[in-house]
Amino acid sequence: MLKLQNVRKVFGKGTANEKVALDKVSFTMNPGDFITVIGGNGAGKSTTLNAIAGLFFVDDGYIEIDGNDVTKLPEYKRAKYIGRVFQDPRMGTATNMSIEENLAMALRRGKARGLHKGITREEKSKFREYLEMLDLGLENRMSTKTGLLSGGQRQAITLLMATMTKPQLLLLDEHTAALDPKTAKKVLELTEKIIAEDKLTALMVTHNMRDAIKLGNRLMMMHKGNVLIDVCEEDKKYLQVADLLKMFEKASGGQNVDNDRMLLS
Amino acid sequence: MRLSVLMGAVSQGLLWSILAIGVYITYKILDYADLTTEGSYPLGAAVAAQMILSGFNPFIATFVSMIAGMVAGFVTGFLNTKLKIPSLLSGILSMTGLYSINLRIMGKANLPLLKQDTVISIVSDMGIETSTAVLIVGIVFVLIVIAILWWFFGTEKGFAIRATGDNADMIRALGVNTNSMVILGLVISNGLIALSGGIMAQYNGYADVGMGTGTIVIGLASVIIGEVLFGHSSILRSLFAVVLGSILYRIIIAFVLSKGLVPTDLKLLSSVLLAVCLSLPLIKEKLYDFVEKIHGNKSKEGEVNA
Repeated sequence: MLKLQNVRKVFGKGTANEKVALDKVSFTMNPGDFITVIGGNGAGKSTTLNAIAGLFFVDDGYIEIDGNDVTKLPEYKRAKYIGRVFQDPRMGTATNMSIEENLAMALRRGKARGLHKGITREEKSKFREYLEMLDLGLENRMSTKTGLLSGGQRQAITLLMATMTKPQLLLLDEHTAALDPKTAKKVLELTEKIIAEDKLTALMVTHNMRDAIKLGNRLMMMHKGNVLIDVCEEDKKYLQVADLLKMFEKASGGQNVDNDRMLLS
Repeated sequence: MRLSVLMGAVSQGLLWSILAIGVYITYKILDYADLTTEGSYPLGAAVAAQMILSGFNPFIATFVSMIAGMVAGFVTGFLNTKLKIPSLLSGILSMTGLYSINLRIMGKANLPLLKQDTVISIVSDMGIETSTAVLIVGIVFVLIVIAILWWFFGTEKGFAIRATGDNADMIRALGVNTNSMVILGLVISNGLIALSGGIMAQYNGYADVGMGTGTIVIGLASVIIGEVLFGHSSILRSLFAVVLGSILYRIIIAFVLSKGLVPTDLKLLSSVLLAVCLSLPLIKEKLYDFVEKIHGNKSKEGEVNA
């Protein structure tokens, strides 16, 4: 479904701030895989997601989605394959537009947009059903501008927008990190439910080790722009936080462990 | 203020409001401060005047003036999105270039339309008083523009343009080429601005190469006065609010002129008026804090949730 081969990205090339964000990232996802990605700050987790989504072109390497070479495809053309939820709840919706308008735009992901109606009556009733599923009471506030909603409500809507067209690939970039613990839990449960029901292929970056172990069928740990550890389905079942820390210490050669351990737990 | 003066202000406000709607599209919907306005407005006037003098039907001349403005908008959009020149600078480049182009079109700095047919004279020839004819022309054009825009911003493409100004990252993630949307928005906006210029030349009876100076300030003032006083809960409401803002702006101008201010002072007045309007949110906030201090520390929750 997704294939990355020796993907490399250097930011600020030739300047004093030159940083190898992605060194040599390679991994393959099979249809239905749900990978959780962990790693310290600057490990390259978000950069990997952004490289896949096409926010920038990689310096080297190859990216394939669903059998299509997308390495040189601009972001807006990759959109038809990818649903995304961002860390910042403000990033996922157009805040001056209503809930139903945002959903209508998401329904047209990757399709040519012409002079047809931006939203139809049938779509509205469909959206009402979707929103009822979220169980946040939003089905009665469909013409409310999303800027007036709370962070949790917006993330739930963004999640709905990212998944309603059943994308080949779902990218979640710490999408619960900016929420309070209770709301984060709810959004995470919703994420799990949608991914399971629609059998989506998903890549989720998280700072929370417990979530990383609990969710998904695979776990990847990144460090300094590389994939350090890729835990497969069988091994992941018995994985503990302590195991992860030990593996991380060993694989990274004991560098900055204390520092990163705090960030990871 | 005499009734005839008031009616003149309303008519002028209507004709100017087409420009204000154009400014609204870039400034409010696209979140793009577009200075092309100062060049595309006289461009519309120049094209309309020259075509009428060449014997074209005034309605065709007016229509072509709009097309000319659309081309100007396209150039600005191209400079900004394809050549990556900052938005403000792209507008300045177009505006400056248009000064020469406008002079080329007109052949001289001022082009009078003496005894020529205009969209207004055609209406008044039906046996309607000229002042009423201006009002009719204004209302008809404004209503047509609003109807088309209201429809357009409800389409898939219209949604995409609105989302581009609102959250470009988000709509790009949904598969929209935001560069194209910026260009399209600028094309529509400058088309309307030039249309306004084309009609205004026929109303004034001349096109002048200097008539663009200060138009962006007039347009912005109309947009902000309109939205503050008449609301902006939906696109349709905003469009009407901008028209009312433009009319109100002309009434204010007519009022201060009747109080003895000379027309050359108007540009300063426009700037001061706009500066006050733009600082309204801050003034409101300071006032709120001040009132709060007096009434003791009431919870600020209401403001946060608002």
